[in-house]
Amino acid sequence: MNKSMKAVYNAVVILAAAAAALGVGALVFAAVGADIAKAYTVILTEPLKDLIGLTEIAVRAIPLTLIALGIAIAFRSGTLNIGAEGQMMMGILAASATAIALPDLPKPVLLPLAVLAGAAGGAVWGTAAGILKARLGVNEILSTVMLNYIAAQFYTFLLRGPMMDPEELVTGSGTPQTVRIPRAAWLDRLIPGTRLHAGAFLALALAVLVFILLWRTSAGFRMRAAGAEAKAARYAGIRVERYVVAAMLLSGAFAGIAGAVEILGVHRRAIEGVSGGYGFTGIVVSLFGGLHPAGIVPASLFFGLLLLGADMTQRLADVPANMVLVLQGAIILAIVSARQFMNNPYVQDRLARKLSRLLGKPAPNPPAGSREACPDPSDSPDPCLADEAEPRTGGGSPAETEEHR
Amino acid sequence: MSAGSFILNILILGVPFSVALLLAGLGETINQRAGVFNLGCEGIMAMGAFLAFLPPYFLADTPLAGSANLIGLLLAIGAGVLLGLLFALVVVTFRAPQGIAGIGLQMLGWGTAGTLFRKYVGGVTGVAGIAPLPIPGLSRIPILGPILFNHNPLVYLAFLLVPVFWYVLFKTPWGLKVRAVGTYPRAADSLGIPVARVRYQALAVGGAMAGLAGAYLSLAQAKMFADDLIAGRGFIAVALVYFGRWNPVGVLGGALLFSLAQSLQLSIQVAGIDFPYEFAVMLPYALVILVLALVRKSRMAGPAELGRPFDREQRV
Repeated sequence: MNKSMKAVYNAVVILAAAAAALGVGALVFAAVGADIAKAYTVILTEPLKDLIGLTEIAVRAIPLTLIALGIAIAFRSGTLNIGAEGQMMMGILAASATAIALPDLPKPVLLPLAVLAGAAGGAVWGTAAGILKARLGVNEILSTVMLNYIAAQFYTFLLRGPMMDPEELVTGSGTPQTVRIPRAAWLDRLIPGTRLHAGAFLALALAVLVFILLWRTSAGFRMRAAGAEAKAARYAGIRVERYVVAAMLLSGAFAGIAGAVEILGVHRRAIEGVSGGYGFTGIVVSLFGGLHPAGIVPASLFFGLLLLGADMTQRLADVPANMVLVLQGAIILAIVSARQFMNNPYVQDRLARKLSRLLGKPAPNPPAGSREACPDPSDSPDPCLADEAEPRTGGGSPAETEEHR
Repeated sequence: MSAGSFILNILILGVPFSVALLLAGLGETINQRAGVFNLGCEGIMAMGAFLAFLPPYFLADTPLAGSANLIGLLLAIGAGVLLGLLFALVVVTFRAPQGIAGIGLQMLGWGTAGTLFRKYVGGVTGVAGIAPLPIPGLSRIPILGPILFNHNPLVYLAFLLVPVFWYVLFKTPWGLKVRAVGTYPRAADSLGIPVARVRYQALAVGGAMAGLAGAYLSLAQAKMFADDLIAGRGFIAVALVYFGRWNPVGVLGGALLFSLAQSLQLSIQVAGIDFPYEFAVMLPYALVILVLALVRKSRMAGPAELGRPFDREQRV
């Protein structure tokens, strides 16, 4: 296959995957009796129509970028972190507790301190799963899922008990939330009248940092090596277990920062439902962005659009907002399926052979390493068994040898 | 309340609680024995629970009300099979990584159930559900009777399925094929066992069981549906398979352990013992992590190729 054909091939794979994901979504839209075209139009265009919509997309993209960066670090190091949701909650708790406990500190101290506390909170939760995997071989998917449920309970426990706003007890409304975070810890709003906040700069800076870490440092190289092929990495002297823990620590810290940024910039107090599925959407964003910061930033904007659009379909097209989960699930399945076809020289070669047979052209050269390029030695007769093998002993018919040349 | 009746209560509550985990765990055992790790179990359970809930909800006052539960169960099983086959397409035919694909299936199933539920039902509404069926005679045995023989028919079915699954897995040719494609697919392939087809079959069975488990939750246990009805039981079922060492009998033990932990938690609350509610709810999830951490120590023989796609053209 030549270059342009490869590009066409990859484009076809992407289009097929997109069509499959949209098709699954369309099935569910049809099942709830919605106008499919209208529903997709609302999701994909309605948020783009005014400044509020555009900034709200960015507001959602900030935590998504941070979480997806963390998940990409873990994924590149060979661990699948499903626990961003729980790590984010622990980050929120740590950040808000720090900010509320030290209200008198000046802004340049308190704000970074609160964000770092958030990172630490998430990191503890991530590291727990990392150590469980490295030391005891506990599947990280299962442990992070369980840690999510535990964190969610711990979160409501603190918000309804020790960390609850005393005012709520006085007025008796009992809303599970903390007191307002001191102004010194707030992330500033960038555009008056919108919720877009300075966390955007932090997310972008960390995206650059993650790129440098993973692709420009030797620690990052070791992490990626441990993820790509643990056995080979171990053989090369890389202490894979240590990098598994480090990756989960960083991954958790990023989710924790996402939580901290979300309450310091948007809510200004810890309330219930802040994480609202960001942890899971972050997985999709990370995959969609190709596990690379340069892809993750635009991908998080796209999913910010989807999240906001799904909220709008609830009002405009009468489709429940849960629909966004359906789309995310379908997108994950489509991406992981398509990845097996993208840039796969063997599938491309097989396809090229079929095509050339159809067109009556000579078959192209097989790619290096394929079965056609270097036939398995066990396919040819073993010379030691020459006596037992039937007619072939003569060295094959002339026609056959001809063909082999 | 005396200590005796307290414990009796825990046991009486615990047995039916184990059924959803048991049904899903049995299906997942077949999946994993065939080498496929299906985290989508949670999503399939959500779809099963929702679809099983629909007929009793909509047919309550129609002539079909009598068979509504049965229709619901069949719908749940059918949807489970379809989702299992969809998963098979992704991880067997397209050889996608199973962990992340499972999360995708979980979101898809959970999201679809939630979307349809909000559209067609709206709020949480109860259904009559499946009534208990005390076994005549046996249910009147003191202590054992109420613990074992005074439940709805699905409870008995689930417990009877344990030996059935054990027999199928270890004593039938199909069970041998399932274990072969999960342990050494290359050898199985060379002996003419169609690896992909057996994995498809295993995933269909696993999906059916997960659907049934979901149906049990909405029809027999909670007698209602809500978005978060499954609450991680699908993931716990996956963990139980590790705990039960890929053996149906072990899975039964694990399911009972967890359901007893859960009923202990409920009994503590009912008894008014002062213990934060949230920590009580954490208990089963923390127990999963603990169990997974301990199980590994005694290195058991699981399916060697668990989680790896099979490509017959790949060189080894």
